[in-house]
Amino acid sequence: MATQINKQLGDNVFLTTLDAAASWGRANSLWPMPFATACCGIELMSTAASKHDLSRFGSEVMRFSPRQCDLMIVAGRVVMKMLPVLQRIWLQMPEPKWCISMGACACSGGVFDTYAVVQGIDRFMPVDVYIPGCPPRPEQLIRGIIDLQEKIQKGGTINAREFKLRILPEGPPRFDEDELIRIRERNGFKLDDPTYDPVH
Amino acid sequence: MTIETPKPSSVEIDEVKLKLADALAGVALEWSEFRDQYRVVFPATELLKCLNAFKSAGFEQLSDLTAVDLLEYSNATDRFEIVYCLLNVDTGLRMIAKTYLNEPDLTIPSATSVWSGADWLEREVYDMYGILFSGHPNFKRLLLPQEFQSFPMRKDYPVKGRGERHNFPVITRAES
Amino acid sequence: MPLELLESPDLNANQREGLWTLNFGPQHPATHTTLRLVLQLDGEMVIDAEPDIGFLHSGFEKLGEVLDFNQYVTIVDRMNYISPMANEIAWHHAVEKLLGIDLTPRCKYIRTIFAELMRIHDHLLCLGTCVLDLGGATAFMYAFNERETIYEICERASGQRFHTSYTRVGGLLYDVTDDWVQMVRDFVRNFPKVYRDFSGLVMKNRIFVERTRDVGVLSREEAIAGGATGPVARASGVVRDLRRDEPYLAYEDFDFDVCASQGGDCYARFQVRMMEMLESIKIIEQAIENIPAGPIFAAGTGKESMPDKREVYRSIEGLIHHFESVMPNRQMQAPKESVYAATESPNGELGYYIVGDGSFRAYRARTRPPSLLHFSLFSRMMRGCMLSDVVAVLGSINIIAAELDR
Repeated sequence: MATQINKQLGDNVFLTTLDAAASWGRANSLWPMPFATACCGIELMSTAASKHDLSRFGSEVMRFSPRQCDLMIVAGRVVMKMLPVLQRIWLQMPEPKWCISMGACACSGGVFDTYAVVQGIDRFMPVDVYIPGCPPRPEQLIRGIIDLQEKIQKGGTINAREFKLRILPEGPPRFDEDELIRIRERNGFKLDDPTYDPVH
Repeated sequence: MTIETPKPSSVEIDEVKLKLADALAGVALEWSEFRDQYRVVFPATELLKCLNAFKSAGFEQLSDLTAVDLLEYSNATDRFEIVYCLLNVDTGLRMIAKTYLNEPDLTIPSATSVWSGADWLEREVYDMYGILFSGHPNFKRLLLPQEFQSFPMRKDYPVKGRGERHNFPVITRAES
Repeated sequence: MPLELLESPDLNANQREGLWTLNFGPQHPATHTTLRLVLQLDGEMVIDAEPDIGFLHSGFEKLGEVLDFNQYVTIVDRMNYISPMANEIAWHHAVEKLLGIDLTPRCKYIRTIFAELMRIHDHLLCLGTCVLDLGGATAFMYAFNERETIYEICERASGQRFHTSYTRVGGLLYDVTDDWVQMVRDFVRNFPKVYRDFSGLVMKNRIFVERTRDVGVLSREEAIAGGATGPVARASGVVRDLRRDEPYLAYEDFDFDVCASQGGDCYARFQVRMMEMLESIKIIEQAIENIPAGPIFAAGTGKESMPDKREVYRSIEGLIHHFESVMPNRQMQAPKESVYAATESPNGELGYYIVGDGSFRAYRARTRPPSLLHFSLFSRMMRGCMLSDVVAVLGSINIIAAELDR
């Protein structure tokens, strides 16, 4: 039976879990929100510009509205007047969302161990990938984004399982598992139907 | 278009000194020179009169306005030094005018009526040193948050602050 | 509506009815970095624009009192981060004036070449991103391609492409090599062609011209009283350039023009920047072929400058010299004096007011940032403009938040 299907369909069909397919889609279509405050912002521009073309890695659609993004790149130092703004923008982003802390200042305060600079944004908000350097070269940022893509590929699920503990959803309401079943039933799918195949 | 203008002729500072001596008769001005820079110390009590005289002597632009906290400076007798870096745009002559200020009364008249560029510079000096400028049109902190309590550029304020930079709520992964 | 606006005398009751407030920033694509504007709008007309800054205040000047003259160069780098080396040159220019050090001709020439490369660097980004904000992405790509070449030139000389930390008191970190000279020659040869393309894309672009001409006008009197310098002042007819008026480094040796315009609007400011790039190329062209031979560190008592690296590794005297130049109790003593020294940075007059207290560090290291004074003129420029002009005016005065807030 299997060989017959293979003969008919060839490489045009592949079977996988829905989770993996969703993660694959998410990982390769990141929409970054450049939270560029300082020097690293210029390297971020440089990464997106002509020589180091970020769109080769599927994450060049920079959107400046947090509502449209799923990846926040904090590029540059965050000072105490800016931190509430950063937190607010982070809360406004819809789930699932990730954060890259780009550069020594965002990771740890860097050379600015002064009264005004927050010593690492991870003290006040979650961070997924840290990129060292002052500022990091564009190649390093690209490496950071690839690392994040690998992380999303491993961890992301269709129901955002890794974020189950959230108690303050600020973005759009979470996609409900029961809702998914109801939609499928409305469309005529029956989960217990032996002929039901999620890929088709 | 490219405009060719002749190189500015360097006006003798003596001419300025004479003009100022005329305009500010009775005010004690103390002149000094270091590495071709002319400096004048004037009393803070006659501040606006002096600044107006400087402007009429040709110094049309206020290049910079800043303050120095002399708390740890050896042999200093005063607490704060207010520095006006002046520039004559036509001749290119620079002059640094200074005045001294002591606690508890840290109020001096604002220079915004003389040079409009003093606006933000004075707000910054207030922000960093706590020196009050009376008669300023929009007097509040410029760089730091309005609720900030200290004046960070004073020498008795630590470089790493007094913990203001850690005083924020934490957002965890579960909450966001 | 804020109270102070209600009390403003030049608004009649009818106008006040229709006003509304728009918050612009601090996270907005056109601010490039972090600054906030509170706009009072009458329909689409901007009645008042009140800037709110300090979103990147990181205590630069406080650090200047902690670090010594050589260490602080790593911090000033991060001030105007679209032309980092211009800050280093300005800082060490002021320090050398305080210490009374006379540079060697070779060091002067190399610094001059870098200062002019940085001017091109800065103007390219300023123009490129402003055109990007006004809706054209192509010029931005051209600008960044050229910027990458300059990054490579910086990297070859100093080992870092962005924050070079290349200057030292009385000299430079390393001497330049022949292939660096060749890189600069190639850049000078290729740049006019790129300039033609870029100029055609920007200055002859009808949309760009329409959106910048007669927008954000600054008169000559306002520019002088408000403390404007650099391209912003020169576009308003203040023909003043520190390179010509107070020659520093090796600028006396070169033949170049000061670019100025009478318009005072955004277009004039961009025009001045475009013309300055060509003048910079002219200076680099003259300098690169005539770099004098000789040491890069100023000779003197020996303490004020770092020794040559080869000497440090190959002789005991050089090693002692190196240790002495970094030991706080054996370092050179700065005079107990104060000095103000300024250079013509790409953005305007970048000055430092340094107070020395007898040690090798500044008692007070004040920066006179051109961005701060230009941004304080912003509300004056914005009066009577449309909402969409905010982006054009912001781009034309080239506000760099780190320099603005320090």
